[in-house]
Amino acid sequence: MQTTFLREARLKQQIWLDILFRNITRLSAFAVLALLIAIIGSLVIGSLPAIKAFGLNFLYSAEWNPVTDEFGALVPIAGTIATASIALLIAIPVSFGIAIFLTELSPRWLRRPLGTAIELLAGIPSIIYGMWGLFVFAPLFGDHIEPWINKTLGHMSVIGPLFSGPPMGIGILTAGIILAIMVIPFIASVMRDVFDVVPTLLKESAYGLGATTWEVMWNVVLPYTKIGVVGGIMLGLGRALGETMAVTFVIGNAHELSASLLMPGNSISSSLANEFTEAVGELYTSSLIELGLILFFITFVVLSLARFMLHKLGKREGQST
Amino acid sequence: MGAEKTTTPKLLVRDLNFFYGEYRALKDINLTIPEKMVTAFIGPSGCGKSTLLRTFNRMYQLYPKQKATGEIILDGDNILDKKQDLNTLRAKIGMVFQKPTPFPMSIHDNIAFGVKLYENLNRRDMDERVEWALKKAALWNEVKDKLKQSGTGLSGGQQQRLCIARAIAVKPQVLLLDEPTSALDPISTAHIEKLIDELKEDFTIVIVTHNMQQAARVSDYTAYMYLGDLIEFGDTSTVFTNPKRKETEDYITGRFG
Repeated sequence: MQTTFLREARLKQQIWLDILFRNITRLSAFAVLALLIAIIGSLVIGSLPAIKAFGLNFLYSAEWNPVTDEFGALVPIAGTIATASIALLIAIPVSFGIAIFLTELSPRWLRRPLGTAIELLAGIPSIIYGMWGLFVFAPLFGDHIEPWINKTLGHMSVIGPLFSGPPMGIGILTAGIILAIMVIPFIASVMRDVFDVVPTLLKESAYGLGATTWEVMWNVVLPYTKIGVVGGIMLGLGRALGETMAVTFVIGNAHELSASLLMPGNSISSSLANEFTEAVGELYTSSLIELGLILFFITFVVLSLARFMLHKLGKREGQST
Repeated sequence: MGAEKTTTPKLLVRDLNFFYGEYRALKDINLTIPEKMVTAFIGPSGCGKSTLLRTFNRMYQLYPKQKATGEIILDGDNILDKKQDLNTLRAKIGMVFQKPTPFPMSIHDNIAFGVKLYENLNRRDMDERVEWALKKAALWNEVKDKLKQSGTGLSGGQQQRLCIARAIAVKPQVLLLDEPTSALDPISTAHIEKLIDELKEDFTIVIVTHNMQQAARVSDYTAYMYLGDLIEFGDTSTVFTNPKRKETEDYITGRFG
Protein backbone atom coordinates (compact mmCIF):
# COMPACT_ATOMS: atom_id res chain seq x y z
CA MET A 1 0.00 0.00 0.00
CA GLN A 2 2.69 2.36 1.12
CA THR A 3 4.76 1.85 -2.04
CA THR A 4 1.89 2.32 -4.50
CA PHE A 5 0.98 5.51 -2.74
CA LEU A 6 4.55 6.76 -3.03
CA ARG A 7 4.72 5.82 -6.64
CA GLU A 8 1.50 7.66 -7.36
CA ALA A 9 2.77 10.75 -5.59
CA ARG A 10 5.92 10.63 -7.63
CA LEU A 11 3.95 10.24 -10.81
CA LYS A 12 1.78 13.21 -9.92
CA GLN A 13 4.84 15.27 -9.20
CA GLN A 14 6.34 14.30 -12.52
CA ILE A 15 3.24 15.30 -14.38
CA TRP A 16 3.36 18.69 -12.69
CA LEU A 17 7.02 19.09 -13.51
CA ASP A 18 6.27 18.16 -17.08
CA ILE A 19 3.60 20.82 -17.36
CA LEU A 20 5.84 23.38 -15.71
CA PHE A 21 8.72 22.54 -18.04
CA ARG A 22 6.54 22.75 -21.12
CA ASN A 23 5.23 26.12 -20.11
CA ILE A 24 8.64 27.52 -19.32
CA THR A 25 9.97 26.56 -22.74
CA ARG A 26 6.84 27.91 -24.38
CA LEU A 27 7.22 31.16 -22.48
CA SER A 28 10.82 31.54 -23.65
CA ALA A 29 9.85 30.90 -27.24
CA PHE A 30 6.99 33.38 -27.11
CA ALA A 31 9.16 35.94 -25.33
CA VAL A 32 11.30 36.13 -28.46
CA LEU A 33 8.25 36.72 -30.58
CA ALA A 34 6.90 39.33 -28.17
CA LEU A 35 10.24 41.09 -28.13
CA LEU A 36 10.32 41.20 -31.91
CA ILE A 37 6.82 42.64 -32.07
CA ALA A 38 7.65 45.15 -29.35
CA ILE A 39 10.72 46.36 -31.22
CA ILE A 40 8.85 46.73 -34.50
CA GLY A 41 6.02 48.42 -32.63
CA SER A 42 8.23 50.97 -30.93
CA LEU A 43 10.07 51.68 -34.19
CA VAL A 44 6.77 52.28 -35.96
CA ILE A 45 5.40 54.48 -33.17
CA GLY A 46 8.65 56.41 -32.96
CA SER A 47 8.73 57.07 -36.67
CA LEU A 48 5.07 58.10 -36.98
CA PRO A 49 5.78 61.87 -36.91
CA ALA A 50 8.27 61.50 -39.75
CA ILE A 51 5.96 59.22 -41.71
CA LYS A 52 3.15 61.77 -41.32
CA ALA A 53 5.38 64.64 -42.34
CA PHE A 54 7.12 63.14 -45.35
CA GLY A 55 5.13 60.04 -46.35
CA LEU A 56 6.69 57.94 -49.06
CA ASN A 57 8.75 60.91 -50.14
CA PHE A 58 11.07 60.03 -47.25
CA LEU A 59 12.29 56.99 -49.17
CA TYR A 60 13.50 58.79 -52.28
CA SER A 61 14.37 62.25 -51.08
CA ALA A 62 18.09 62.96 -50.81
CA GLU A 63 17.45 65.99 -48.63
CA TRP A 64 18.79 65.86 -45.06
CA ASN A 65 18.61 69.28 -43.48
CA PRO A 66 18.16 69.51 -39.70
CA VAL A 67 17.97 73.32 -39.94
CA THR A 68 14.90 73.37 -42.16
CA ASP A 69 13.58 70.08 -40.76
CA GLU A 70 13.66 68.43 -44.18
CA PHE A 71 14.61 64.74 -44.08
CA GLY A 72 14.91 62.01 -46.70
CA ALA A 73 16.47 58.56 -46.47
CA LEU A 74 17.80 58.08 -49.98
CA VAL A 75 21.46 58.76 -49.19
CA PRO A 76 21.74 56.40 -46.21
CA ILE A 77 19.69 53.70 -47.96
CA ALA A 78 21.88 53.92 -51.06
CA GLY A 79 25.01 53.94 -48.90
CA THR A 80 23.90 50.91 -46.91
CA ILE A 81 23.05 48.91 -50.01
CA ALA A 82 26.18 50.01 -51.88
CA THR A 83 28.60 49.23 -49.05
CA ALA A 84 26.97 45.87 -48.29
CA SER A 85 27.00 44.93 -51.99
CA ILE A 86 30.66 45.85 -52.39
CA ALA A 87 31.44 43.87 -49.26
CA LEU A 88 29.70 40.74 -50.54
CA LEU A 89 31.11 41.12 -54.03
CA ILE A 90 34.59 40.94 -52.55
CA ALA A 91 33.91 38.62 -49.62
CA ILE A 92 32.06 35.77 -51.36
CA PRO A 93 34.75 34.79 -53.87
CA VAL A 94 37.56 35.32 -51.36
CA SER A 95 35.76 33.22 -48.74
CA PHE A 96 35.09 30.51 -51.29
CA GLY A 97 38.78 30.45 -52.10
CA ILE A 98 39.74 30.31 -48.44
CA ALA A 99 37.29 27.48 -47.80
CA ILE A 100 38.50 25.49 -50.82
CA PHE A 101 42.08 25.90 -49.72
CA LEU A 102 41.36 24.91 -46.13
CA THR A 103 39.29 21.84 -46.97
CA GLU A 104 40.95 20.53 -50.11
CA LEU A 105 44.37 21.90 -50.83
CA SER A 106 46.08 22.97 -47.64
CA PRO A 107 48.58 20.59 -46.04
CA ARG A 108 47.17 19.14 -42.87
CA TRP A 109 49.56 20.92 -40.48
CA LEU A 110 48.54 24.31 -41.87
CA ARG A 111 44.79 23.82 -41.55
CA ARG A 112 44.47 24.39 -37.85
CA PRO A 113 46.56 27.57 -37.55
CA LEU A 114 44.90 29.10 -40.62
CA GLY A 115 41.43 28.14 -39.41
CA THR A 116 42.13 29.60 -35.99
CA ALA A 117 43.45 32.80 -37.53
CA ILE A 118 40.23 33.22 -39.46
CA GLU A 119 38.15 32.67 -36.35
CA LEU A 120 40.27 35.19 -34.46
CA LEU A 121 39.70 37.69 -37.24
CA ALA A 122 35.97 37.27 -36.63
CA GLY A 123 36.46 38.09 -32.99
CA ILE A 124 38.17 41.47 -33.44
CA PRO A 125 35.87 44.26 -32.18
CA SER A 126 34.52 46.35 -35.03
CA ILE A 127 35.90 49.58 -33.63
CA ILE A 128 39.39 48.24 -34.17
CA TYR A 129 38.58 47.59 -37.81
CA GLY A 130 37.28 51.14 -37.96
CA MET A 131 40.42 52.65 -36.45
CA TRP A 132 42.66 50.54 -38.63
CA GLY A 133 40.55 51.49 -41.63
CA LEU A 134 40.74 55.21 -40.91
CA PHE A 135 44.37 55.52 -39.79
CA VAL A 136 46.11 52.84 -41.83
CA PHE A 137 44.02 51.58 -44.72
CA ALA A 138 42.32 54.77 -45.92
CA PRO A 139 45.54 56.85 -46.32
CA LEU A 140 47.29 54.02 -48.18
CA PHE A 141 44.22 53.41 -50.30
CA GLY A 142 43.83 57.11 -51.09
CA ASP A 143 47.51 57.63 -51.91
CA HIS A 144 48.21 54.54 -53.94
CA ILE A 145 45.15 52.64 -55.06
CA GLU A 146 42.50 55.28 -55.74
CA PRO A 147 44.62 57.34 -58.16
CA TRP A 148 45.20 54.15 -60.09
CA ILE A 149 41.46 53.34 -60.03
CA ASN A 150 40.83 56.87 -61.28
CA LYS A 151 43.23 56.43 -64.15
CA THR A 152 42.02 53.02 -65.29
CA LEU A 153 38.44 52.20 -64.30
CA GLY A 154 37.49 55.88 -64.10
CA HIS A 155 37.91 56.33 -67.84
CA MET A 156 35.83 53.34 -68.89
CA SER A 157 32.62 54.08 -70.70
CA VAL A 158 29.79 52.67 -68.59
CA ILE A 159 31.31 52.14 -65.16
CA GLY A 160 33.58 55.21 -65.37
CA PRO A 161 31.42 57.54 -63.27
CA LEU A 162 31.48 54.97 -60.44
CA PHE A 163 35.22 55.33 -60.12
CA SER A 164 35.94 58.99 -60.74
CA GLY A 165 36.33 61.74 -58.17
CA PRO A 166 39.06 62.89 -55.86
CA PRO A 167 41.11 60.12 -54.18
CA MET A 168 40.39 60.95 -50.55
CA GLY A 169 40.81 57.50 -49.08
CA ILE A 170 37.52 57.52 -47.24
CA GLY A 171 34.19 56.90 -48.93
CA ILE A 172 31.72 54.25 -49.99
CA LEU A 173 34.32 52.01 -51.63
CA THR A 174 36.62 52.09 -48.61
CA ALA A 175 33.72 51.29 -46.30
CA GLY A 176 32.75 48.39 -48.57
CA ILE A 177 36.27 46.98 -48.51
CA ILE A 178 36.55 47.27 -44.72
CA LEU A 179 33.17 45.55 -44.45
CA ALA A 180 34.40 42.81 -46.77
CA ILE A 181 37.39 42.20 -44.50
CA MET A 182 35.02 42.04 -41.54
CA VAL A 183 32.57 39.56 -43.05
CA ILE A 184 35.11 37.28 -44.75
CA PRO A 185 35.85 35.36 -41.53
CA PHE A 186 32.15 34.68 -41.00
CA ILE A 187 31.44 33.51 -44.53
CA ALA A 188 34.71 31.61 -44.87
CA SER A 189 34.36 29.70 -41.62
CA VAL A 190 30.76 28.71 -42.37
CA MET A 191 31.78 27.60 -45.87
CA ARG A 192 34.70 25.61 -44.47
CA ASP A 193 32.46 23.93 -41.91
CA VAL A 194 29.87 22.88 -44.47
CA PHE A 195 32.50 21.79 -47.01
CA ASP A 196 34.04 19.65 -44.30
CA VAL A 197 30.90 17.56 -43.90
CA VAL A 198 30.64 16.66 -47.59
CA PRO A 199 31.04 12.87 -47.73
CA THR A 200 34.51 11.85 -48.90
CA LEU A 201 32.98 9.28 -51.24
CA LEU A 202 30.97 11.96 -53.02
CA LYS A 203 34.10 13.98 -53.71
CA GLU A 204 36.03 10.85 -54.66
CA SER A 205 33.38 9.88 -57.17
CA ALA A 206 33.74 13.24 -58.86
CA TYR A 207 37.53 13.02 -58.78
CA GLY A 208 37.17 9.44 -60.03
CA LEU A 209 35.48 10.72 -63.17
CA GLY A 210 38.52 12.86 -63.80
CA ALA A 211 37.21 16.17 -62.48
CA THR A 212 39.68 18.79 -61.28
CA THR A 213 39.55 20.26 -57.79
CA TRP A 214 37.75 23.31 -59.16
CA GLU A 215 35.17 21.17 -61.01
CA VAL A 216 34.58 19.08 -57.92
CA MET A 217 34.11 22.14 -55.72
CA TRP A 218 32.00 24.12 -58.15
CA ASN A 219 29.78 21.36 -59.54
CA VAL A 220 29.46 18.92 -56.68
CA VAL A 221 30.50 20.35 -53.32
CA LEU A 222 28.84 23.74 -53.76
CA PRO A 223 25.43 22.38 -54.86
CA TYR A 224 25.61 19.80 -52.07
CA THR A 225 26.22 22.47 -49.45
CA LYS A 226 24.21 25.32 -50.94
CA ILE A 227 21.89 25.76 -47.98
CA GLY A 228 24.79 26.15 -45.59
CA VAL A 229 26.69 28.40 -47.98
CA VAL A 230 23.72 30.70 -48.50
CA GLY A 231 23.26 30.72 -44.73
CA GLY A 232 26.87 31.82 -44.29
CA ILE A 233 26.48 34.54 -46.89
CA MET A 234 23.33 35.77 -45.18
CA LEU A 235 25.18 35.88 -41.88
CA GLY A 236 27.82 38.03 -43.56
CA LEU A 237 25.24 40.20 -45.29
CA GLY A 238 23.39 40.71 -42.02
CA ARG A 239 26.58 41.93 -40.42
CA ALA A 240 27.45 44.11 -43.42
CA LEU A 241 24.04 45.79 -43.41
CA GLY A 242 24.02 46.51 -39.72
CA GLU A 243 27.68 47.18 -39.05
CA THR A 244 28.00 50.60 -37.46
CA MET A 245 31.30 51.56 -35.89
CA ALA A 246 33.77 50.55 -38.58
CA VAL A 247 31.63 52.05 -41.32
CA THR A 248 31.16 55.30 -39.42
CA PHE A 249 34.93 55.70 -39.28
CA VAL A 250 35.60 55.35 -42.98
CA ILE A 251 32.45 56.17 -44.94
CA GLY A 252 32.85 59.94 -44.68
CA ASN A 253 29.41 60.66 -43.20
CA ALA A 254 28.25 63.03 -45.90
CA HIS A 255 24.58 63.34 -46.74
CA GLU A 256 25.27 63.79 -50.39
CA LEU A 257 24.31 61.57 -53.25
CA SER A 258 27.11 60.89 -55.70
CA ALA A 259 27.50 58.40 -58.50
CA SER A 260 31.11 57.86 -57.55
CA LEU A 261 32.02 55.15 -55.09
CA LEU A 262 35.11 57.11 -54.16
CA MET A 263 33.04 59.94 -52.69
CA PRO A 264 32.01 60.05 -49.03
CA GLY A 265 28.50 58.88 -48.29
CA ASN A 266 26.49 57.63 -45.39
CA SER A 267 24.86 54.40 -44.30
CA ILE A 268 21.78 53.97 -42.17
CA SER A 269 23.62 52.67 -39.15
CA SER A 270 26.39 55.27 -39.33
CA SER A 271 23.81 58.08 -39.60
CA LEU A 272 22.11 56.76 -36.52
CA ALA A 273 25.34 56.47 -34.59
CA ASN A 274 26.52 59.90 -35.57
CA GLU A 275 23.36 61.88 -35.20
CA PHE A 276 21.29 60.48 -32.37
CA THR A 277 23.16 62.45 -29.73
CA GLU A 278 22.67 65.72 -31.56
CA ALA A 279 19.15 65.14 -32.79
CA VAL A 280 16.99 67.96 -31.49
CA GLY A 281 13.34 68.28 -32.24
CA GLU A 282 10.72 65.62 -32.72
CA LEU A 283 10.99 65.39 -36.48
CA TYR A 284 14.75 64.89 -36.49
CA THR A 285 14.59 62.07 -33.90
CA SER A 286 11.61 60.54 -35.59
CA SER A 287 13.35 60.56 -38.96
CA LEU A 288 16.29 58.72 -37.45
CA ILE A 289 13.95 56.13 -35.96
CA GLU A 290 12.32 55.70 -39.35
CA LEU A 291 15.79 55.05 -40.78
CA GLY A 292 16.09 52.26 -38.22
CA LEU A 293 12.76 50.87 -39.30
CA ILE A 294 13.93 50.89 -42.93
CA LEU A 295 17.11 49.00 -41.98
CA PHE A 296 14.96 46.45 -40.21
CA PHE A 297 12.82 46.14 -43.31
CA ILE A 298 15.81 45.77 -45.66
CA THR A 299 17.21 42.97 -43.51
CA PHE A 300 13.83 41.27 -43.50
CA VAL A 301 13.51 41.50 -47.29
CA VAL A 302 17.03 40.16 -47.77
CA LEU A 303 16.35 37.16 -45.57
CA SER A 304 13.09 36.42 -47.36
CA LEU A 305 14.81 36.69 -50.72
CA ALA A 306 17.41 34.21 -49.57
CA ARG A 307 14.69 31.76 -48.57
CA PHE A 308 12.99 32.24 -51.90
CA MET A 309 16.24 31.72 -53.78
CA LEU A 310 16.92 28.46 -51.96
CA HIS A 311 13.44 27.29 -52.81
CA LYS A 312 14.02 28.11 -56.48
CA LEU A 313 17.39 26.33 -56.48
CA GLY A 314 15.80 23.26 -54.96
CA LYS A 315 13.18 23.22 -57.69
CA ARG A 316 15.66 23.56 -60.48
CA GLU A 317 17.58 20.63 -59.12
CA GLY A 318 14.48 18.49 -59.27
CA GLN A 319 13.66 18.30 -55.59
CA SER A 320 10.47 19.75 -54.30
CA THR A 321 11.53 21.36 -51.07
CA MET B 1 44.48 -23.48 -64.90
CA GLY B 2 43.05 -20.40 -66.66
CA ALA B 3 44.30 -21.81 -69.94
CA GLU B 4 40.89 -22.81 -71.23
CA LYS B 5 39.90 -19.14 -71.55
CA THR B 6 41.73 -17.04 -74.09
CA THR B 7 42.52 -13.75 -72.49
CA THR B 8 44.37 -10.58 -73.32
CA PRO B 9 46.04 -8.80 -70.42
CA LYS B 10 44.59 -5.36 -69.70
CA LEU B 11 46.37 -4.24 -66.57
CA LEU B 12 49.78 -5.55 -65.64
CA VAL B 13 50.77 -5.01 -62.02
CA ARG B 14 54.51 -5.37 -61.42
CA ASP B 15 56.19 -5.26 -58.00
CA LEU B 16 53.61 -2.90 -56.63
CA ASN B 17 54.17 -1.59 -53.13
CA PHE B 18 51.91 0.86 -51.36
CA PHE B 19 52.62 3.02 -48.34
CA TYR B 20 50.38 4.91 -45.94
CA GLY B 21 53.17 7.03 -44.52
CA GLU B 22 55.58 4.44 -43.14
CA TYR B 23 53.10 1.60 -43.18
CA ARG B 24 53.48 -0.78 -46.08
CA ALA B 25 49.98 -1.80 -47.09
CA LEU B 26 50.78 -3.70 -50.29
CA LYS B 27 53.81 -5.93 -50.63
CA ASP B 28 55.31 -6.71 -54.02
CA ILE B 29 52.07 -7.38 -55.79
CA ASN B 30 52.35 -9.03 -59.22
CA LEU B 31 49.14 -9.57 -61.08
CA THR B 32 47.62 -9.53 -64.54
CA ILE B 33 44.05 -8.33 -64.99
CA PRO B 34 42.58 -9.88 -68.15
CA GLU B 35 40.60 -7.81 -70.61
CA LYS B 36 36.78 -7.98 -70.65
CA MET B 37 36.68 -10.33 -67.71
CA VAL B 38 35.59 -9.84 -64.14
CA THR B 39 38.40 -10.04 -61.63
CA ALA B 40 37.49 -10.15 -57.95
CA PHE B 41 39.68 -9.18 -55.00
CA ILE B 42 38.71 -10.97 -51.81
CA GLY B 43 40.21 -11.13 -48.36
CA PRO B 44 39.57 -10.06 -44.77
CA SER B 45 39.27 -6.39 -43.81
CA GLY B 46 42.55 -4.54 -43.97
CA CYS B 47 44.13 -6.99 -46.42
CA GLY B 48 44.74 -4.23 -48.97
CA LYS B 49 42.18 -5.17 -51.59
CA SER B 50 40.59 -1.70 -51.69
CA THR B 51 44.03 -0.11 -51.54
CA LEU B 52 45.07 -2.14 -54.57
CA LEU B 53 41.93 -1.11 -56.43
CA ARG B 54 42.55 2.55 -55.63
CA THR B 55 46.02 2.45 -57.16
CA PHE B 56 44.50 1.69 -60.56
CA ASN B 57 43.00 5.17 -60.88
CA ARG B 58 45.49 6.78 -58.49
CA MET B 59 42.71 7.83 -56.17
CA TYR B 60 45.24 7.69 -53.35
CA GLN B 61 46.89 10.77 -54.79
CA LEU B 62 44.20 12.96 -53.21
CA TYR B 63 45.83 12.27 -49.89
CA PRO B 64 49.28 13.34 -48.86
CA LYS B 65 51.63 10.71 -47.46
CA GLN B 66 50.14 7.91 -49.56
CA LYS B 67 52.39 6.60 -52.27
CA ALA B 68 52.80 3.66 -54.60
CA THR B 69 55.96 2.23 -56.11
CA GLY B 70 56.32 -0.32 -58.89
CA GLU B 71 54.45 -0.42 -62.16
CA ILE B 72 50.90 -0.75 -63.38
CA ILE B 73 50.87 -1.00 -67.15
CA LEU B 74 47.80 -0.01 -69.13
CA ASP B 75 48.10 0.14 -72.93
CA GLY B 76 51.87 0.07 -72.67
CA ASP B 77 52.11 3.02 -70.27
CA ASN B 78 52.93 2.92 -66.60
CA ILE B 79 50.00 4.66 -64.94
CA LEU B 80 52.02 5.26 -61.78
CA ASP B 81 54.40 7.42 -63.82
CA LYS B 82 54.45 11.04 -62.65
CA LYS B 83 53.90 12.15 -66.22
CA GLN B 84 50.62 10.24 -66.44
CA ASP B 85 47.78 12.74 -66.77
CA LEU B 86 45.23 11.94 -64.06
CA ASN B 87 42.20 13.13 -66.00
CA THR B 88 43.04 10.98 -69.01
CA LEU B 89 43.71 8.04 -66.74
CA ARG B 90 40.36 8.44 -64.98
CA ALA B 91 38.59 8.71 -68.31
CA LYS B 92 39.99 5.26 -69.12
CA ILE B 93 39.39 3.77 -65.69
CA GLY B 94 36.05 4.48 -64.06
CA MET B 95 35.11 3.74 -60.46
CA VAL B 96 32.01 2.94 -58.42
CA PHE B 97 32.09 3.12 -54.63
CA GLN B 98 30.80 1.28 -51.51
CA LYS B 99 27.84 3.59 -51.18
CA PRO B 100 25.78 5.17 -53.92
CA THR B 101 27.06 8.70 -54.49
CA PRO B 102 24.63 10.53 -56.78
CA PHE B 103 25.63 14.16 -57.27
CA PRO B 104 23.13 16.77 -56.08
CA MET B 105 21.75 17.38 -59.56
CA SER B 106 19.23 15.84 -61.94
CA ILE B 107 19.55 12.26 -63.20
CA HIS B 108 20.41 13.55 -66.67
CA ASP B 109 23.07 15.91 -65.32
CA ASN B 110 24.57 13.18 -63.15
CA ILE B 111 25.35 11.18 -66.29
CA ALA B 112 26.33 14.22 -68.33
CA PHE B 113 28.75 15.47 -65.65
CA GLY B 114 31.58 13.10 -66.51
CA VAL B 115 30.97 13.22 -70.25
CA LYS B 116 31.21 17.01 -70.26
CA LEU B 117 34.69 16.80 -68.79
CA TYR B 118 36.02 15.11 -71.92
CA GLU B 119 33.68 15.68 -74.81
CA ASN B 120 31.89 18.65 -76.24
CA LEU B 121 28.60 17.11 -77.26
CA ASN B 122 25.60 19.01 -78.56
CA ARG B 123 22.30 18.58 -76.81
CA ARG B 124 21.04 15.73 -78.94
CA ASP B 125 24.24 13.72 -78.78
CA MET B 126 24.37 14.24 -75.04
CA ASP B 127 20.78 13.04 -74.64
CA GLU B 128 21.65 9.98 -76.71
CA ARG B 129 24.72 9.31 -74.58
CA VAL B 130 22.70 9.61 -71.38
CA GLU B 131 20.12 7.19 -72.74
CA TRP B 132 22.84 4.78 -73.86
CA ALA B 133 24.53 4.80 -70.45
CA LEU B 134 21.26 4.40 -68.57
CA LYS B 135 20.27 1.50 -70.82
CA LYS B 136 23.64 -0.14 -70.30
CA ALA B 137 23.15 0.21 -66.56
CA ALA B 138 19.65 -1.28 -66.81
CA LEU B 139 18.11 1.84 -65.35
CA TRP B 140 16.56 3.50 -68.40
CA ASN B 141 13.10 2.04 -68.08
CA GLU B 142 12.81 3.13 -64.48
CA VAL B 143 13.95 6.72 -64.95
CA LYS B 144 13.19 7.69 -68.55
CA ASP B 145 10.22 9.80 -67.48
CA LYS B 146 12.02 11.62 -64.70
CA LEU B 147 15.42 12.51 -66.09
CA LYS B 148 15.00 16.06 -64.80
CA GLN B 149 14.40 14.94 -61.24
CA SER B 150 17.13 14.78 -58.67
CA GLY B 151 19.34 11.71 -58.61
CA THR B 152 19.19 11.74 -54.82
CA GLY B 153 15.48 10.87 -54.91
CA LEU B 154 16.05 7.36 -56.31
CA SER B 155 16.18 4.21 -54.21
CA GLY B 156 19.56 2.91 -53.04
CA GLY B 157 19.82 0.25 -55.74
CA GLN B 158 18.75 2.69 -58.44
CA GLN B 159 21.27 5.23 -57.16
CA GLN B 160 24.05 2.68 -57.42
CA ARG B 161 23.04 1.80 -60.99
CA LEU B 162 22.98 5.54 -61.69
CA CYS B 163 26.57 5.68 -60.45
CA ILE B 164 27.47 2.78 -62.72
CA ALA B 165 25.78 4.56 -65.63
CA ARG B 166 27.69 7.71 -64.76
CA ALA B 167 30.96 5.81 -64.80
CA ILE B 168 30.34 4.04 -68.11
CA ALA B 169 28.96 7.16 -69.83
CA VAL B 170 32.57 8.33 -70.15
CA LYS B 171 33.23 5.06 -72.08
CA PRO B 172 36.09 3.84 -69.94
CA GLN B 173 38.01 0.65 -70.67
CA VAL B 174 38.19 -0.52 -67.10
CA LEU B 175 35.53 -0.32 -64.42
CA LEU B 176 36.59 -0.51 -60.78
CA LEU B 177 33.86 -1.57 -58.35
CA ASP B 178 34.71 -1.08 -54.68
CA GLU B 179 32.23 -3.27 -52.75
CA PRO B 180 29.42 -1.93 -54.95
CA THR B 181 26.65 -3.83 -53.19
CA SER B 182 27.70 -3.54 -49.56
CA ALA B 183 25.04 -0.90 -48.86
CA LEU B 184 22.26 -2.55 -50.86
CA ASP B 185 19.44 -5.00 -50.16
CA PRO B 186 19.54 -8.52 -51.67
CA ILE B 187 17.27 -7.71 -54.61
CA SER B 188 19.28 -4.65 -55.62
CA THR B 189 22.42 -6.70 -55.15
CA ALA B 190 21.10 -9.32 -57.56
CA HIS B 191 20.34 -6.55 -60.08
CA ILE B 192 23.88 -5.23 -59.87
CA GLU B 193 25.40 -8.71 -60.15
CA LYS B 194 23.39 -9.41 -63.27
CA LEU B 195 24.50 -6.06 -64.61
CA ILE B 196 28.17 -6.86 -63.96
CA ASP B 197 27.72 -9.99 -66.04
CA GLU B 198 26.37 -7.94 -68.95
CA LEU B 199 28.93 -5.18 -68.63
CA LYS B 200 31.91 -7.46 -69.06
CA GLU B 201 31.03 -7.69 -72.75
CA ASP B 202 32.34 -4.15 -73.09
CA PHE B 203 34.47 -3.41 -70.06
CA THR B 204 37.24 -4.94 -68.04
CA ILE B 205 35.84 -5.15 -64.54
CA VAL B 206 37.70 -5.31 -61.24
CA ILE B 207 35.54 -5.80 -58.17
CA VAL B 208 36.43 -5.72 -54.50
CA THR B 209 34.00 -7.63 -52.37
CA HIS B 210 33.55 -8.77 -48.80
CA ASN B 211 31.15 -11.38 -49.93
CA MET B 212 32.81 -14.58 -51.10
CA GLN B 213 29.65 -15.94 -52.68
CA GLN B 214 29.44 -12.77 -54.71
CA ALA B 215 32.99 -13.23 -55.93
CA ALA B 216 32.18 -16.81 -56.86
CA ARG B 217 29.02 -15.74 -58.68
CA VAL B 218 30.26 -12.81 -60.71
CA SER B 219 33.96 -13.18 -61.34
CA ASP B 220 36.11 -15.08 -63.82
CA TYR B 221 39.30 -14.58 -61.85
CA THR B 222 39.83 -14.21 -58.15
CA ALA B 223 42.69 -12.80 -56.16
CA TYR B 224 42.89 -13.66 -52.48
CA MET B 225 44.79 -11.15 -50.40
CA TYR B 226 45.94 -11.19 -46.82
CA LEU B 227 47.81 -8.46 -44.90
CA GLY B 228 49.05 -6.78 -48.03
CA ASP B 229 50.21 -9.94 -49.76
CA LEU B 230 48.65 -11.47 -52.80
CA ILE B 231 48.26 -15.04 -51.59
CA GLU B 232 46.64 -16.63 -54.58
CA PHE B 233 45.39 -15.56 -57.96
CA GLY B 234 43.70 -17.67 -60.56
CA ASP B 235 40.59 -18.87 -62.25
CA THR B 236 37.65 -18.31 -59.90
CA SER B 237 36.41 -21.89 -60.02
CA THR B 238 39.89 -23.16 -59.22
CA VAL B 239 40.42 -20.73 -56.36
CA PHE B 240 37.11 -21.69 -54.82
CA THR B 241 37.10 -25.45 -55.42
CA ASN B 242 40.74 -26.38 -55.53
CA PRO B 243 42.91 -23.67 -53.98
CA LYS B 244 46.63 -24.18 -54.17
CA ARG B 245 47.40 -22.51 -50.90
CA LYS B 246 46.33 -23.60 -47.44
CA GLU B 247 45.56 -19.96 -46.39
CA THR B 248 43.13 -19.53 -49.26
CA GLU B 249 41.36 -22.73 -48.41
CA ASP B 250 41.02 -21.69 -44.76
CA TYR B 251 39.48 -18.37 -45.77
CA ILE B 252 37.18 -19.83 -48.43
CA THR B 253 35.86 -22.51 -46.15
CA GLY B 254 35.25 -19.99 -43.41
CA ARG B 255 37.75 -21.34 -40.95
CA PHE B 256 39.09 -17.84 -40.63
CA GLY B 257 38.26 -14.28 -41.64
